[in-house]
Amino acid sequence: MNLHELTAHEVRNRVARREVSAEEVARAFLERRDAVEERLQAFITPLDAEAVLSQARAVDEALARGESAGLLCGVPVAVKDNICTAGLRTTCASRLLADWVPPYDATVVRRLRRAGAVIVGKTNMDEFAMGSSTENSAFFPTRNPWDPRRVPGGSSGGSAAAVAAGAAALALGSDTGGSIRQPAALCGVVGLKPTYGRVSRYGLVAFASSLDQIGPLARDVTDAALALAVIAGRDPLDATSAPEPPGDYLAALERGVRGLRIGAPREMFEAEGVDPAVRDLTVAALETLAELGAAVEECRLPTATAGLDAYYIVAPAEASSNLARYDGVRYGLRVPGADIVEMFERTRGRGFGPEVRRRIMLGTFALSAGYYDAYYRRAQQVRARIRREFEEAFERFDLLASPTSPTVAFPLGERTADPLAMYASDICTVTANLAGIPAISLPCGFEGGLPAGLQLMAPPFQEERLLAAAAAYERATGWHRRRPPLGLIASAGEGGA
Amino acid sequence: MSRTEATTQFETVIGLEVHVELSTETKMFCACRVTFGEPPNTHVCPVCLGLPGALPVPNRRAVEFAVRAALALHCEIAPVTKFDRKNYHYPDLPKGYQISQYDRPLGTGGYLDVPLPEGGVRRVRIRRLHLEEDAGKSLHDPRLGTLVDLNRAGVPLIEIVSEPDLRSPEEARAYLQELRNVMLYAGVSDVKMEEGSLRCDANISIRPAGSREFGALVEIKNMNSFRSVKQALEYEAERQRALVLSGERVERETRHWNERAGRTTPSRSKEEAHDYRYFPDPDLVPLRIDAEWVESIRRSLPELPAQRRARYEGLGLSAYDAAVLVDERPLADFFDACLALGADAKQAANWLMVELQGLLNEKGRELSATRLTPEGLVALLRLIEEGTITGRIAKEIFPEMVESGADPRSLVEARGLSQIADREELLRVVREVLAQHPAAVEDYRKGKTNALGFLVGQVMKATRGRANPGLANELVRRVLEE
Repeated sequence: MNLHELTAHEVRNRVARREVSAEEVARAFLERRDAVEERLQAFITPLDAEAVLSQARAVDEALARGESAGLLCGVPVAVKDNICTAGLRTTCASRLLADWVPPYDATVVRRLRRAGAVIVGKTNMDEFAMGSSTENSAFFPTRNPWDPRRVPGGSSGGSAAAVAAGAAALALGSDTGGSIRQPAALCGVVGLKPTYGRVSRYGLVAFASSLDQIGPLARDVTDAALALAVIAGRDPLDATSAPEPPGDYLAALERGVRGLRIGAPREMFEAEGVDPAVRDLTVAALETLAELGAAVEECRLPTATAGLDAYYIVAPAEASSNLARYDGVRYGLRVPGADIVEMFERTRGRGFGPEVRRRIMLGTFALSAGYYDAYYRRAQQVRARIRREFEEAFERFDLLASPTSPTVAFPLGERTADPLAMYASDICTVTANLAGIPAISLPCGFEGGLPAGLQLMAPPFQEERLLAAAAAYERATGWHRRRPPLGLIASAGEGGA
Repeated sequence: MSRTEATTQFETVIGLEVHVELSTETKMFCACRVTFGEPPNTHVCPVCLGLPGALPVPNRRAVEFAVRAALALHCEIAPVTKFDRKNYHYPDLPKGYQISQYDRPLGTGGYLDVPLPEGGVRRVRIRRLHLEEDAGKSLHDPRLGTLVDLNRAGVPLIEIVSEPDLRSPEEARAYLQELRNVMLYAGVSDVKMEEGSLRCDANISIRPAGSREFGALVEIKNMNSFRSVKQALEYEAERQRALVLSGERVERETRHWNERAGRTTPSRSKEEAHDYRYFPDPDLVPLRIDAEWVESIRRSLPELPAQRRARYEGLGLSAYDAAVLVDERPLADFFDACLALGADAKQAANWLMVELQGLLNEKGRELSATRLTPEGLVALLRLIEEGTITGRIAKEIFPEMVESGADPRSLVEARGLSQIADREELLRVVREVLAQHPAAVEDYRKGKTNALGFLVGQVMKATRGRANPGLANELVRRVLEE
């Protein structure tokens, strides 16, 4: 077995036991990364070999000195390019920040480093995390490892593709309306969006602050638990980070699903645009969970489908304010103008892509005098209602389940001209962000050779329950062990196809 | 009263919006130090620079200071308050929005009793007091263009909005003075208008006297001193009056005070056509203000200006003297220190307000720049009281005490300045003086009694002021009568 085929926890255990050096692992992943990168374009900034190897050597040296092995020691990790890395450019896939180098590490990056992770690069995404296909990157689209003519999902498409292809053992993404879970589903990996406040947002370039949450993309549930154990916890630098102590996520993996009550909200199975094949795969997954001892039952979340509408008011509204700082005065792109207002206009006009401009305008409108009540306030009311409905549902159920994405990966270019069709990708995922609850996507089968994802949702701070059920399902099915047929593609490419 | 006369009677209606920088150690949402006059952009970090990904964390001390200020103004403290974003683009506003408080301010419904110059007190209602962060400073350089200094960005501010309860520019000035005193005494700010830690905008309108309706409101900005507030408002009230009298309408607008030209001019409308699109800041959670905490802050409030003035008046000081002392807090604190050492209130106040202020004014200095101590002044007063030195000698050595901090007793001893109260010794001097001024002696005997004063003065001169004045007077008179 090639080292790059190992999961993060396998890498970690072997490095910790000194069976293999972090450097050897890093070399294997670098080789794999470089082999697949030309086709996938998962990275905006792949770290050069020396920068990766020196991190790995530092891990080996620390182990040699007898220091205790971190939870991610020697694990090659890819980081979405909206998470700040000191000294390493962080672009948000935008022309505006194409050359911006943060002077500081995001809290999650500090925690990764402290745990012994080896950062291999910054991954592609939709500009400022606005999109569901990674086609809104200002630089280039990323391709789906299962079919390079198709999108990897988004906005964390680069992170999902990198993990699916073995270019990294683990990746961090961010999820505002499904941006971890949807690409995880479309690339056949595990994606976890923690409870709002579970993971520090300090150093995550904000899209919509009340919805954004950082989480892992991983090859299996154990890796997701491992990553969460490293990044979760209160951060004094983030006023919205939660004081609740993190759970024992690794121990939770063995708890199983027996006796858990799982609700299946009908609205999420019957929503417009849910592909019948995906629905069938999800239903089959629920049957598996029932066989494992869970009590599965249909339920209602009447306002869930209005979530998309509320989401596309709240998120752009916050974005319009969060992105106001990109004005060319202090950092990033500056396009000069005759006066300051013209400089602002030109900088932002040229620096932002069309989707970002669209959302800034939507959000500005929604917050404007005379429209605030009709849009922003109303959307917040819908949001409050969704939260209540979830609370009520969680009085009856321990978990809720649904498809992650209404479809499998769609072809590149199919939805770029139709923003509403693109927004519809988020129909099953946005409600978890609006309600602030944790949700996970895990592979639940294939349709036409493309992976589909099962979404499980839990009450706030019940990541352990989520991981327990996910791990039980994963053990029972093994979908996660399938790997994209990249080798064939690569050799076909080399053959001049 | 004729019709024309009746309509020329106008009432001026003024409300003030005052920004006060809180003198916390660190900024409102980050750990950068609050400074003044440091090299540009030396007290900045990812948070106050508005770098991508950086997040604000509220400074508890700033909240405490704001609560303290609100309590000093008798405001209700909101049990739950929140921060909102005020969105606008400006080069010195790093995030493209200011974190402020919109619809749930920290404090509401307070008041300030303002002592009026003509006597009496005007109670000015405080509509709201809220907490926000300051912006940076734009410096316009003809060669380099606009430069931005972000040392001030993120410094905690409170905005205090009064109801339109002020009725003249002079009252507005008095309100500012009293507000400044309250902030200073509450210990939340150094309130220096010239350094920008106190800033003031005004809303002013006029209306026919007796009317209950308000006239069109004009907002005045860019007033940089107490004096300019008064001048700008006087100018503006007059401008509005002239407009109305000539049959024109007052436009509702924002105007800038042009200090040099001595007039207000309309602000460019583009600058003011703002829709700030306020919404709750999602980076911050609602702030719960614990009632017990508020009570402990209330209990820790020091004596406020109004209380201190009342105390001074109770000690026998005039309202005017009490106000002068309280308006200069260092002086008032010095005065209190003298009282604590047992000084007579009136004597101490007199020395501070006449002798000391005279010296300070003469040299353009502040009390803190001198070496005078309360112990020194009280010792001096005691020397006078005991009769060891005359008032004249005291005034003579006082400047040196102010300059060097010297102990008056040592000065008196070293220079032999103690009073001559020995009858025999003084009698000898009196005889000498009378012998030297036979003409004056003659005048006195002819009935010109004011010659007595001259002769006593000569005795004082001959003793270099050391003669006990009462005794000198008595002895001169006696020798003359002999």
